[in-house]
Amino acid sequence: MRGNPLEVKILTRRFGLPNSASIDVYLANEGYQALKKALAIKPDDVINEVKKSALRGRGGAGFNAGMKWGFVPKQANKPKYVVCNADESEPGTCKDRVLMEYDPHQLLEGIVIAGYAIQSHQGYIYIRGEYRYLMEIVDHAIAEAYARGYLGKNILGSGFDFDLCTHSGAGAYECGEETALLNSLEGLRGYPRVKPPFPAVIGLYGCPTIINNVETLSNVPHIVLQGGDWYAKLGTPNNGGTRLFCLSGHIERPGIYELPMGFPLGRMIEEVGGGVWRGKRLKCVIPGGSSCPVLTAEEIDVPMDFDSLTKIGSMLGSGGVVVLDEDTCMVKAAWRIMKFYAHESCG
Amino acid sequence: MLSDALKHKFDTVIARYPLKRSAIVPLLLFAQDEIGHVSDEAVEEIARRVGVRPIEVVEDIGYYSMLHRKPVGRYHFQVCTNISCMLRGGEEIFAHCAKKLGIGHKQTTPDGLFSLEEVECLGACCGAPAMQVNYDYYENLTPEKIDELIEKLRRKDQGSRIKD
Amino acid sequence: MVDLIKLTIDGKPVAVPPGTLLIDAAKQMGIEVPSFCYYPGLSLQGACRMCLVAIEKMPKLQTACTTVVGNGMVVHTETPEVANARKAMLEFLLTNHPLDCPVCDKGGECELQDAVFRYGAAETRFLETKQHEEEKKFSSLVYYDRPRCILCYRCIRVCDEGMDVNAYGIGFRGAHSEIIPNRGEHLECEECGACIDICPVGALTSGTYRYKTRPWEVTYTGTVCNHCGDGCKTTLSVRNNVVIRANNRDHSGVNGEFLCVKGRFGWDFVNSEQRLTSPLIRKNGKQEEASWEEALAHTAERLQAVLAQHGPGAVAVIGSNRTTNEENYLLQRFARSVLGTNNLDHHRTADFSSLVRALTEAGAADRHATIEEIGAASSILVIGNDPTHQHPLIAYQVRQAVRQHGARLYVVNAGEIKLRRQASQYLQVSPRGEAEAVRALAGQVTASQDLCTGEAEALPTFAQALTKESDTVVIFGDEIQGQGVGDLVRWGLTLSGRTRFVALGDYANSRGAADMGLFPDTLPGYQPLSSEAARQQFESAWGSNLPTTSGRNLRSILEGIRAGEIKALLVFGANPVRTFKLEKAAFAGLQFLFVAELFRTETAEFADIVVPATSFAEKSGTMTNTCGQVQALKRTMRKAGTRSDLEILLALARLFGQKWPYQSSEDVLREIIALVPGYGIPLPGLLVGHAVATRPEGAPPPLERPDLVFSSRDSLFTSGTLSRYSWALNSVDEAKKPYGHAF
Repeated sequence: MRGNPLEVKILTRRFGLPNSASIDVYLANEGYQALKKALAIKPDDVINEVKKSALRGRGGAGFNAGMKWGFVPKQANKPKYVVCNADESEPGTCKDRVLMEYDPHQLLEGIVIAGYAIQSHQGYIYIRGEYRYLMEIVDHAIAEAYARGYLGKNILGSGFDFDLCTHSGAGAYECGEETALLNSLEGLRGYPRVKPPFPAVIGLYGCPTIINNVETLSNVPHIVLQGGDWYAKLGTPNNGGTRLFCLSGHIERPGIYELPMGFPLGRMIEEVGGGVWRGKRLKCVIPGGSSCPVLTAEEIDVPMDFDSLTKIGSMLGSGGVVVLDEDTCMVKAAWRIMKFYAHESCG
Repeated sequence: MLSDALKHKFDTVIARYPLKRSAIVPLLLFAQDEIGHVSDEAVEEIARRVGVRPIEVVEDIGYYSMLHRKPVGRYHFQVCTNISCMLRGGEEIFAHCAKKLGIGHKQTTPDGLFSLEEVECLGACCGAPAMQVNYDYYENLTPEKIDELIEKLRRKDQGSRIKD
Repeated sequence: MVDLIKLTIDGKPVAVPPGTLLIDAAKQMGIEVPSFCYYPGLSLQGACRMCLVAIEKMPKLQTACTTVVGNGMVVHTETPEVANARKAMLEFLLTNHPLDCPVCDKGGECELQDAVFRYGAAETRFLETKQHEEEKKFSSLVYYDRPRCILCYRCIRVCDEGMDVNAYGIGFRGAHSEIIPNRGEHLECEECGACIDICPVGALTSGTYRYKTRPWEVTYTGTVCNHCGDGCKTTLSVRNNVVIRANNRDHSGVNGEFLCVKGRFGWDFVNSEQRLTSPLIRKNGKQEEASWEEALAHTAERLQAVLAQHGPGAVAVIGSNRTTNEENYLLQRFARSVLGTNNLDHHRTADFSSLVRALTEAGAADRHATIEEIGAASSILVIGNDPTHQHPLIAYQVRQAVRQHGARLYVVNAGEIKLRRQASQYLQVSPRGEAEAVRALAGQVTASQDLCTGEAEALPTFAQALTKESDTVVIFGDEIQGQGVGDLVRWGLTLSGRTRFVALGDYANSRGAADMGLFPDTLPGYQPLSSEAARQQFESAWGSNLPTTSGRNLRSILEGIRAGEIKALLVFGANPVRTFKLEKAAFAGLQFLFVAELFRTETAEFADIVVPATSFAEKSGTMTNTCGQVQALKRTMRKAGTRSDLEILLALARLFGQKWPYQSSEDVLREIIALVPGYGIPLPGLLVGHAVATRPEGAPPPLERPDLVFSSRDSLFTSGTLSRYSWALNSVDEAKKPYGHAF
């Protein structure tokens, strides 16, 4: 992992530590403190804190996470589910991979807190099939958490039970869409469902379900521990926190960088990524994965947050910033992206 | 014949879900990991265990791109040529593999050792160009690195044959 | 009463119940929103995006098939934006769709073709080579042409949800997706062909129809299927006096769009080269072709000789389960008033007489359920029989009742019949234990130790559950007959609400044969022969006396032949040699055997005279289904050399010096309506194709002996002797599976 002084390390703060994926390292660095704190307050207060933080979905759609949780019916005789979307497949995006590789417990803690917030007792982490080595890491972390009482029955003596396991996909971009993911998790082909109803009401196995991205859930322990207001202030209004940006393509220093929401795209390319490679000029940027309309070199002053990009007709998406230099054939680039969507039966 | 270890794994995985059929895709992957592809026997066995008709399992296999009905090479090269990799030479890496191995997309060498597939984004964009050999990631690839890897895998295979 | 939702569609206000889909609301107003994947009665797919409509205050076009109506909604179904979107969808659908309409079976009745015509999507911007694939033979009756498929999933859903067969799946993905059958490259299913009918394009085609004609070159006639007793309406497509297809084209009648393999494909016996087209007379021990005049004159002479020598007691008549009511009515008139005998019967496959008798006794003569009532029932009790095989439409109605509105199904059976899948309670009994089970359910007897093969508490639980139901429809097979029917009816009527009954008879007009009095002791309309009033009614109408003593039943007729007491036998559309597994020696005592048949059956082979009869496709008349609903048969074609039983009987009566006042089957029907109790039905409704329920009421004598009523246990792929002459029914591999196999 390359670093950059401009980064604001919240999610990635433990990444450099030796053996950062182990529970001992995690516990030695504030690990599971947020869970302790959350279990001591009311579930609704957890949801309110997340609402306050202006945490928005990091998978791509950017929906307010706290609001999504709030849609889950409080009274329900059916079980409720928490599903973590780790089906990272948007071309240009590889941030969830490092979050699970270097700090899986941060994710687990976020999931358990989410489970407590909506009073669910079962979670699934849907990991794309290609990430087999990550499944092993996460499975190991889950086993550690069970052994130490952060998962299972009566977590930390609170009376709250929560079970969690991983689930493997097998190669299908479409399953990144939340209702398609639910179908896939039910053993069906990953076709999106007709909405409404939304998963918060009728989701996995017909039960109320929240589905959040790995990065979204990894933020939750920090929000609970340091407060929604603190988190919101890290970013721009209505766009709380930091974001893992994946700089790839024709860039001098490709890599994953944690930057505050609203960080200007131009500075990201120049100061964080070291500029367009080989001293070339910029032709355009795909700001948030291949589904996002491209920005020309003239548009790169834009602050990288959901609302600013929507305003100029693109999307912040999944944080995959793909840089294209002046020599790139745009027809070819478009063709390659179209080929991808045809292969994946999307769009 | 599916191994006892695999059957045991099936039982553990199925137990994770309130609805057995949820286990279909993971079971297919695990079966493929052991057999090298999804055999008819595996389809029947999985269908039986999760209580669905075989055609429902076949529907899933057709949908998920990682599942194969026919054997692939012992080392399955999956080269990404999607946008981030393409911009940094992914297509050239694929062409180099094809030349070096003498096979094309979704083909297998006659000795069954290598197979090649052009795949979509592997989530290794910041290490482009990248590929997976079976489940292992190889990033920041160059033709030279490919040559070395192929050599290494050939030697490894010979070594394991002598041991056998 | 729920409040209706008020909305505006294309400027017109409409009020519909909450939960109605936009596409259905529009349809109610006569506005057709095009759709490929949406299909009434099936689950929503939301795949084709043809039904996009503009809804005010919504940013994007919405799919009318998945959008539920809302109060105050303002919808536009045909704006330029909508038309453009549909045109674009069609352009996409046509990227791989071959433009082989001139040779495609569906050309002329293709929903895709119609949509392209309507939206003018004539140009394409796609220059890519179309993906071609050879067509696949899923079975001898179902072919799949992948490039034509637009992936609407209708076939998959109708097979899953309508048929409960689940034979189809979807393989691969994206542009490579295709419909896959359940057994590798092949289908193993009920072969009902619903998938072919429901396919909006020419992707699924029929093994019997494909590449035979253009749809505008055939004549379409709505008539009634001639196989089982359910009476499905079907439209025969006929060209040059050859039937080439059957489907219920307008989805009318008791069956809507349903047809089973026999209804959709099993009509081809009509075209069989083995059809008899000339009368045969046995000369010097060999049957030789002869003229109709010679055959009929000879028949009259021989009959008159036997009558003169041995009297009417030496003559017997066996009628048919498949000929029309009019023919059966004339047959019994001929037997009674011309031959002067009551030696008259038919192969009884259900005990309709006992049902009418029991309901009449209980003062509940109106408690016959119709096919439609089965589909709408909230509680259904099926005793015996295997409706999936023997009564495919009734099985379909039962499944619909369960699936569409959560009806509870109760099954009493000795076997694990397929309907068990839908059953909320299932009582497995020992073989032929159904009648005892009924008595035990009624509390008349304590169930014997070995009656229930399942759990010990099954019977009381079952009985308990039924007492909580109301308006139950009780459907029973030949397992319940004679006294058993009385037991069942008396107990059934103690259940709450309007309990109604259906007796399951095997063939297209099994019920009609009973209704028309093809019995030795019962006149038409279940009037006992012993009733002087009933006899007099017919005597005065026909101007002749009727024999007053009961004749021989079918078993007794066969015994009489063996004993040499019956000297002459007339058989119309029946094959007793096969049904009763008779040897030639059994007929040795006969002096004269006359058979009217479509084919040279085992019985026809022994005959002195065989006359070629017309099939259901070549005649008019009415048939009564097993629920007692009368439907009109319409002549769709002619078969040179054949005559209907009606014509044959009129000719024979003339040769016996009788002047019968009938010119057509309609004349006979008018007499039936006037004279047969329960048949006072309105003629106009019948003639426009409705199924009209009858209400028989009477006191027929009790069943004489238990071996008179038995079902042939036909499977989905058999239909008595007829199925032997159907290429289609014998061509499918599934026909070789053992009887009762559940697909």
